Amino acid sequence: MGRIRKSFRSRWGTAVAAALPLVLLAGCSTSGGSEGGRSDDGTVTITMGLFGVMGFEETGILERYEEENPGIEIEAEVAGDEQTYYTALQTHLAAGSGLKDIQGIEIGRAKEIVDTQADSFADFSGMSGTDHFLPWKLNQMTTPDGQVLGLGTDIGPMAVCYRRDMFEAAGLPTDREEVAALWEGDWSKYVEVGETFMANSPDPDLSYMDSSTGLFNAMVYGSSEQFYNAEGDLIYDENPVVLDAWDLASEAATSGMTAALRQYQPEWDPGLANSTFATAVCPAWMLAHISEKAGPDNAGNWDIARAPQGANWGGSFLSVVEDSPVRDEAMDLVAWLTAPEQQEYIFQELGNFPSSEQAIESEGVSSTSSAYFNDAPIGEIFGAAAQEIPDEQVLGRKDGTIKDAFTQGLQLIESQGRSPEDAWSATEENIARAVG
Amino acid sequence: MATRTPAPPARERRRRWRDLPHRLDLRVAPYAFIAPFFVIFAAFSAYPLIFTFWVSLHRVELATMDRMEWLRLDNYTALWSDDRFWNALANTFTIGVISTVPQLLMALGLAHLLNYRLRGSAFFRVAALTPYATSVGAAALVFTMLFERDFGMINWGLGLFGFDNIDWESRKWPAQIAISCMVIWRWTGYNALLYLAAMQAIPRERYEAAAIDGASRWQQFLRVTVPGIRPTIVFTIVLSTIGATQLFGEPLIFGQGVNGITGGADNQYQTLGLLLYEEGWRNYQMGRAATVAWAMFLLLILLFVLHRVLRRVLSRRA
Repeated sequence: MGRIRKSFRSRWGTAVAAALPLVLLAGCSTSGGSEGGRSDDGTVTITMGLFGVMGFEETGILERYEEENPGIEIEAEVAGDEQTYYTALQTHLAAGSGLKDIQGIEIGRAKEIVDTQADSFADFSGMSGTDHFLPWKLNQMTTPDGQVLGLGTDIGPMAVCYRRDMFEAAGLPTDREEVAALWEGDWSKYVEVGETFMANSPDPDLSYMDSSTGLFNAMVYGSSEQFYNAEGDLIYDENPVVLDAWDLASEAATSGMTAALRQYQPEWDPGLANSTFATAVCPAWMLAHISEKAGPDNAGNWDIARAPQGANWGGSFLSVVEDSPVRDEAMDLVAWLTAPEQQEYIFQELGNFPSSEQAIESEGVSSTSSAYFNDAPIGEIFGAAAQEIPDEQVLGRKDGTIKDAFTQGLQLIESQGRSPEDAWSATEENIARAVG
Repeated sequence: MATRTPAPPARERRRRWRDLPHRLDLRVAPYAFIAPFFVIFAAFSAYPLIFTFWVSLHRVELATMDRMEWLRLDNYTALWSDDRFWNALANTFTIGVISTVPQLLMALGLAHLLNYRLRGSAFFRVAALTPYATSVGAAALVFTMLFERDFGMINWGLGLFGFDNIDWESRKWPAQIAISCMVIWRWTGYNALLYLAAMQAIPRERYEAAAIDGASRWQQFLRVTVPGIRPTIVFTIVLSTIGATQLFGEPLIFGQGVNGITGGADNQYQTLGLLLYEEGWRNYQMGRAATVAWAMFLLLILLFVLHRVLRRVLSRRA
């Protein structure tokens, strides 16, 4: 009996062993199944791929849409780091599987999507009720033949976040109007204030700014031509805006006034929590991060002043995958999420500044103030900053990667003691590698 | 079969048909039995290997894999003259040495201790294996926090002895040491258990004989234990070398974000694995990434050949 059982079992074993590779191969050919779809009872499931703090998942606005639209279910997946997110998106686009119905696109990637993936995303150009955006916002996601590949979520008007208590201790004014007057019109004055701060601050361990990269970004993003010209050629190495920004940022980096922290990396957060620096150049979407990481202990210590010059750092889009089985429903959802009312709501909740002109002009946005930032009138400050954003911003394919290369170039000066010239040539080499 | 007699054709044919399953069983079944390995090997090893080589001869971007530009061996010559590649190779080597040597020595010592009769030995053996069971990501993240510049625990501990804060991530050797610590922590217990298993296979009599001859504990360790587990030591060295060549997750997480991908702003801890990742998944140049992958493959083959040659030379001398 035992012998029969044994041979029986081994025969099953071989059968399983023979079938296994087939099963494995079959498993490879069927795609991930992360796309949404329609179930038999008529429920529509829409999947979303998001990154950072875009505000949809965080404010509960998606649940509201589900309640208002019975039969629709939304599944959002949020990646913390945009670089990781975009890499996965590229892989999914190349493989043609694993895509969500709705994908978030960061401004640094907009040009690459427009240039290389126009066929993969649905066209919003004919959709009614989408004419409320700032004109330049949608231009960034429009192909030469007029397809609109995504609708805008937020934009990144700039201000300077500063610590009232530290400014006071260093004998500087604390009122946000007076602080703004210190550096009005020129970023180099912002660095000069830093020298005064460093000379007069009673605590030698305090730094003036978190990192020189914030300053660099603010200066570059205030110009309509940045790393590329309108023809798509790389011009960063001759663009006076970039060169000036590099000079001033590297001056700040060598002067010892920066805390040499890397923004959005783990060391930045304890820096905020333990109050190691007095200012940060802050786009609107950074407010949520600062207030969360600096914590309730620092409420009222932080305040916001106008930046010397307007600039647009960051901001995103929502796009719908063309081949999605629920494409129309997903487009409706995107139109709703980016509608003025919803943008206004997210701004009030998180501080992500609307890209909808109609929302910016609304009472709800312009009258918003932030209790955490000493009741700073953020609607007014960022609204004024948004006015200063150039109406045309020339984007390039590798904007995001080039920004990262400059971030690392400034780190070479700040943390590794390399000379600015040396760091510049290392950065040039990195950029050549990234665009090649 | 030897007494084959001519049979009428019809009968012969019928018999052939009847025998067919048996003959198939004999002739074909063996192939069917070994097929799973070859199918899996072809699908998951041979095909990727060959396709990667094909890709490495082209200029291809990740988003447009269907558009390939034929480059012959240009990617390889470019890699050969690329400082970044030699830097990554050197980093891979130095991190490999800093992590492997102390790790194997500590594992040997640990195994020797665990080999004694001691109370709760099962507990210690399981404890030695726990780091191995932890996910790379979780462990690396915790270590990254420990090695943090301003508020990390290690700098805090060093501060008690009057040391200034070390910027672990930005400086070359501190960064490589920090990464090596993660590798050592993770693999020491695993290697110790391999050694322990080998040690327990050494007959007790040898130790008794050595003791009778007046050998001290240390001499017993050197003269009996180490020669007794030599094959295992070679095996762990081979495993560690392969692991060191492929080092990726620890430095990626240690750097956090952009710096992780490039192995530091100055590439001060960029390993070959990270270089591959940077080319493929930051610059989206799959051709160049595939070239790095093949360079790593050739490197491992070179190491393997060197190892064989060295062993032959050594055994001939012995």
